Amino acid sequence: MPELFESEFMRLALAAGAVVGLLAPAVGFFLVQRRQSLVGDGIGHVAFAGVAAGILLDVSPILTALVAAMLGGVAIEFLRSRGGAAGDQALALVFYTGIAAGVVLVSAAGALNVDLFQYLFGSILTVTRTDLALVATLGAAGLATVGLLYRPLAGAVVDEEGARVAGVPVGALNVALAALAAVTVALSMRVVGILLVAALMVLPVSAATRIAWSMRSAFFLSLAIGLASAVSGLTISYYADLPPGGTIVLVAAGSFAVAAVAAALRGR
Amino acid sequence: MIPAVELDRLSFGYRPGQHVLEDVDLQIAEGEFVAIAGPNGGGKTTLVRLVLGLERPGTGRALLYGEPAHRSSRRRALGYLAQRSELGGDAPTTVREVVSAGRLAAGRLFGPLSRHDREQVSAAIARVGLEAVAEAPLQTLSGGMQQRAFIAKALAGEPSLLVLDEPTTGVDAESQESLAALLDRLHSELGVTILYVSHEFGAVERFVERLVLVRRTLVFDGPPSSLPGFWHDPSHLHA
Repeated sequence: MPELFESEFMRLALAAGAVVGLLAPAVGFFLVQRRQSLVGDGIGHVAFAGVAAGILLDVSPILTALVAAMLGGVAIEFLRSRGGAAGDQALALVFYTGIAAGVVLVSAAGALNVDLFQYLFGSILTVTRTDLALVATLGAAGLATVGLLYRPLAGAVVDEEGARVAGVPVGALNVALAALAAVTVALSMRVVGILLVAALMVLPVSAATRIAWSMRSAFFLSLAIGLASAVSGLTISYYADLPPGGTIVLVAAGSFAVAAVAAALRGR
Repeated sequence: MIPAVELDRLSFGYRPGQHVLEDVDLQIAEGEFVAIAGPNGGGKTTLVRLVLGLERPGTGRALLYGEPAHRSSRRRALGYLAQRSELGGDAPTTVREVVSAGRLAAGRLFGPLSRHDREQVSAAIARVGLEAVAEAPLQTLSGGMQQRAFIAKALAGEPSLLVLDEPTTGVDAESQESLAALLDRLHSELGVTILYVSHEFGAVERFVERLVLVRRTLVFDGPPSSLPGFWHDPSHLHA
């Protein structure tokens, strides 16, 4: 057995990384295609307020982050579709409110410390069996939901107004996508941290889009690149003694560069 | 017989007191091929949005098969080609994937396509003559071919009413001609009601049974042959 797998903390980290490596691009794929790449980042900032509330109230920060992220995701979608705010303004409003609430709550809890930093920058090497069970369960549920909604979500990407006219519940699909993004953010916090969570939702998709030949292939390539980035990033961080979250995202960014060069060589 | 589309003393404005459409009466029977033309800003696209139920009338009624358009049970019978139809995302999307999206309303919403769905998708692709490029990304095709793919998407839902909003925008003259001929075939072979909305109607003039000119209200409604000669002059309509 390679040295990497000998320690339990690495086995748990690789398993959690693999789940998030698959789920983040699966949800991110539809956000990117609908030009909402930064929604994950916006939700992440609201999740920060949730983490702070969890520390203040002495309950699980992942749970409070999940609740806050859900509210943030639905708020962005509501403001975007009904509140009369342009997409980027809706995002900015939620983004800054989230971070401001987080700062106030953190200060109130007196929690500007290592506990908080593990949510900001990730702490995959401290994932426990209980954490992994939660990540695996919610991750599998998230992936199954994406699988079930793939056709209507892809249809809304192809032609949102046409789908609306035909009676497809596009509004409900948008809310479902926001809720999926919230679950992804809450689960990914321990892996790459709030500050980098959106990267795993966007970079594998951007890379896949450059080398794919159909929407379906772009979707599955996104998942493959996300998984490969998480596993290889963790492996590199283990042997090179680098921070895991940052290394995973740098590998994903590297995959984008490779895909962009490959696409340029193919003359696209 | 209940008309496919009925606008009854309809007025509409996006802001209070500013009517884009005023006192419009229009009935379109099932099986008609109607061109709706008029100057840019004359209210054509707004009229389409009311017919599709995307907007609700300020006063009057917009009915689709006898029911208020925005909650008509026959909305699934609509095929819609939006103005400047283009893909929402930047992922390469094949013609077959685009056309498959047209089965969402007619077939099952969730889960994979059924065999009947796949047959309808293939039939729609064949009907617009794109079999040879069915697996090619839409982004690699010409504007005219992309337009055909979106028409196939609308056809895949087995519509009884096809609404096309400015379908010739960004399409060369040859493609416009072949688009008009395709619509004529669909009309005669499938009996589909067609609402063709454009700022100019030259391409379909010889195929349509009825021409409606909109300039805030209806200023002409009849066969193209009885249109006064000076109205063919675009400068007149745009004045």
